[in-house]
Amino acid sequence: MDLDPFVLSRIQFAANITFHIMFPSITIALGWILLFFKICHNMTKDEAWMQAYFFFTKVFALSFAIGVVSGVTMSFQFGTNWPGFMEAVGNIAGPLLAYEVLTAFFLEATFLGIMLFGYRRVPSWLHTLATVLVAVGTTLSAFWILVLNSWMHTPDGFEMIANENGLLQAHVTSWWEVVFNPSMPYRLVHMLLASGLTASFLIAGLSAFRYLRGDQSFAVRKALCTAIMIAAFLIPLQILAGHEHGINTKHHQPAKIAAMEAAWETTKGAPLVLFGLPNKETRSNDYAIEIPYLASLIVTHKVDGEIKGLNEFEHIPPVTPIFFSFRIMVGIGMLMLAVSWLGSYFILRKKEFPKLYLYALIAMTFSGCFATIAGWYVTEIGRQPWLVQDVLLTKDALGPVTGGMVFSTLMMYLSVYAFLTISYVTTLFYLAKKAGDGSGRDPEKQVIEGAERHANMIKAD
Amino acid sequence: MIEQIFAEGYWLPYTFAFLMGLSMLIYSILDGYDLGVGILIIDAEDEEKDRMIASIGPFWDANETWLILGVGLLLVAFPMAHGVILTHLYLPVAVMLFGLIFRGVAFDFRAKVPKEKKSRWNHKFFLGSLLTALAQGYMLGAYILGFQDGWSAFFFSCLIAVCVAAAYCLIGACWLIMKCETDLQKKAVKWAKFFLLFSILGLAAVSITTPLMSERIFEKWFSFPAILALLPIPLTTGILIIALYVLLRHMPFPKDQYCWLPLVMTVLVYILSFVGLAYSFFPYIVPDQMTIIEAAAADDSLLIMLFGALIVLPILLGYTALSYYIFHGKATELSYD
Repeated sequence: MDLDPFVLSRIQFAANITFHIMFPSITIALGWILLFFKICHNMTKDEAWMQAYFFFTKVFALSFAIGVVSGVTMSFQFGTNWPGFMEAVGNIAGPLLAYEVLTAFFLEATFLGIMLFGYRRVPSWLHTLATVLVAVGTTLSAFWILVLNSWMHTPDGFEMIANENGLLQAHVTSWWEVVFNPSMPYRLVHMLLASGLTASFLIAGLSAFRYLRGDQSFAVRKALCTAIMIAAFLIPLQILAGHEHGINTKHHQPAKIAAMEAAWETTKGAPLVLFGLPNKETRSNDYAIEIPYLASLIVTHKVDGEIKGLNEFEHIPPVTPIFFSFRIMVGIGMLMLAVSWLGSYFILRKKEFPKLYLYALIAMTFSGCFATIAGWYVTEIGRQPWLVQDVLLTKDALGPVTGGMVFSTLMMYLSVYAFLTISYVTTLFYLAKKAGDGSGRDPEKQVIEGAERHANMIKAD
Repeated sequence: MIEQIFAEGYWLPYTFAFLMGLSMLIYSILDGYDLGVGILIIDAEDEEKDRMIASIGPFWDANETWLILGVGLLLVAFPMAHGVILTHLYLPVAVMLFGLIFRGVAFDFRAKVPKEKKSRWNHKFFLGSLLTALAQGYMLGAYILGFQDGWSAFFFSCLIAVCVAAAYCLIGACWLIMKCETDLQKKAVKWAKFFLLFSILGLAAVSITTPLMSERIFEKWFSFPAILALLPIPLTTGILIIALYVLLRHMPFPKDQYCWLPLVMTVLVYILSFVGLAYSFFPYIVPDQMTIIEAAAADDSLLIMLFGALIVLPILLGYTALSYYIFHGKATELSYD
């Protein structure tokens, strides 16, 4: 068998980034929700808020740790598998990544220690401040990464100049245009809202699990209701933001839109393909179920608006994965809308949650992760074959690694990710189960109060 | 060397080389002690393991971030060298990441899983720490040899791998001497003595091999009068090591006096060793192949990063210090509430 280092490196990076994105998409918003719990506690002095805080801090810590280690892996893969990326656009990607590490990563990592373990060691205001800084840090981190990612989709504010070896390298002409490149605001908003939904469904799912197991304490109820209300508030905003992002993509990456809609030929008054199997050979969709004119209406806001088909473009992305990922994302979004609005109806009418509804919430615990991953597949696969749209082809960034070598590391990563995903999910539900069993045993309390003992010892001397 | 930096107007790349070196040094000290503690837990009782891991709990996240900063600076300021170095080190990097992943997640899982699974995660924490340390040492060895192939290069790298792991254990043990009490502290003193001997072996191997490997490095160290100016480096290192050994033989002192001293001395040894290495390789970023100037990114990109770095680095050091202040004193229980 011929092991193609290009294909394997791509699978490896895709696997890595798929695994990684689950955790930031949880922690970015979870940080802010924790802050909300803490502020509610500060204002009401109600211990239930603090219990909710402590429980989800554990979820935060675990997610954060996996996010950090999988993120480190990713930054190394730039060098080990894709050195051509930094060689060509390092002048732009470099500072953006540097700012991410400098401003954000350290902020989170350092204050996380105080946020997690410092509650009884520092004054309450400092603990709240640490929570603020961790939330700000995760969000800043997302900001810089999304700036870079958006720049790869809609590069702006640079020129290509050949170096002494004839290699074309990007040089910045305007940092403002680099940072506020055309797709950045849309992508940032879309991702932050996605994170809000991911975190709220995670909280709702775990809380519903505790609730069903009989732990109907105020802390659980508060977390559950907060999460449902946040989701119900965010989901319409997300649908709007996603729509606007799509319009933006139509201007800058029309081939991606064509692939999302599986529009093979340019059409006026194009139908919306609800379902179908895109067929590359016949350049049409098999078994298609379509709603006439709807695609044109959504994308151009006109019934007879023109949607550019894949026939217009020299480089086209693979259609099938984009077509399906897009439908999965939208489908989950609609489901979220239904579930969260139904939940807010129960809450506002002060009705008890039906059992079936709680089961639905448990089933949707990780729905945000799936939707986020599907959405990223749409946008990232939609950029192919480009690594940086119209600037650098993915294949030109590959380094001199052999297929066998990449294959061995790929197998390692895949098994590690599978193992960690299983451990993560089972541990979250174990934590939820244990928090609800009423034993009050906290496994985090491991060690006796050495410091106090030490302090007494010194006093005794 | 100094004139060279300013005369040619290349101060930006050199500044970044300095910052990168500084990050790597800080990383090797900070993550060095927590990796060391991670390795040492294999030789500790269950209750001691909890206390040892609690002593690094609030810090390890931030410690590891220095690696990201160091490699990040290599990536962003020296994109050419980054590609060359990391493609040469493909497998050891993968092993290190494997170790880092397991260690990082084991830290959190071990405290959250059912009791009967805890020891398994403790074991993963140990293995992850050990693999990370060995892989980093192997990379250092391969880097020193300028990525030569062949069995002798492989064995040299393996030797350095073991010695770096030992050096991490040494600094980890010194950390524990400072952060722990009673029996565990005594145990830490024992560990420190043992791994100090190992570390000496590593230092000697690097000091002898590096000048022999490269005529250029030999010239740099042994030409007259440079040797006179440089002599304090190995001399001070030697004196520090002997003093540390003598000190350790008498520890712990009554009222726990000077419990911080072994750590400080070990850090000094780390700094001196690092300065020695940096002097040997300057001005190359890939030994004898690519210089700092050749590998550097465009000046305007470096300038904008420097601007950020100068604002952020002091703040960063400031809140790192704050974090150490808040969690100072002997290691106690780690609790989220």
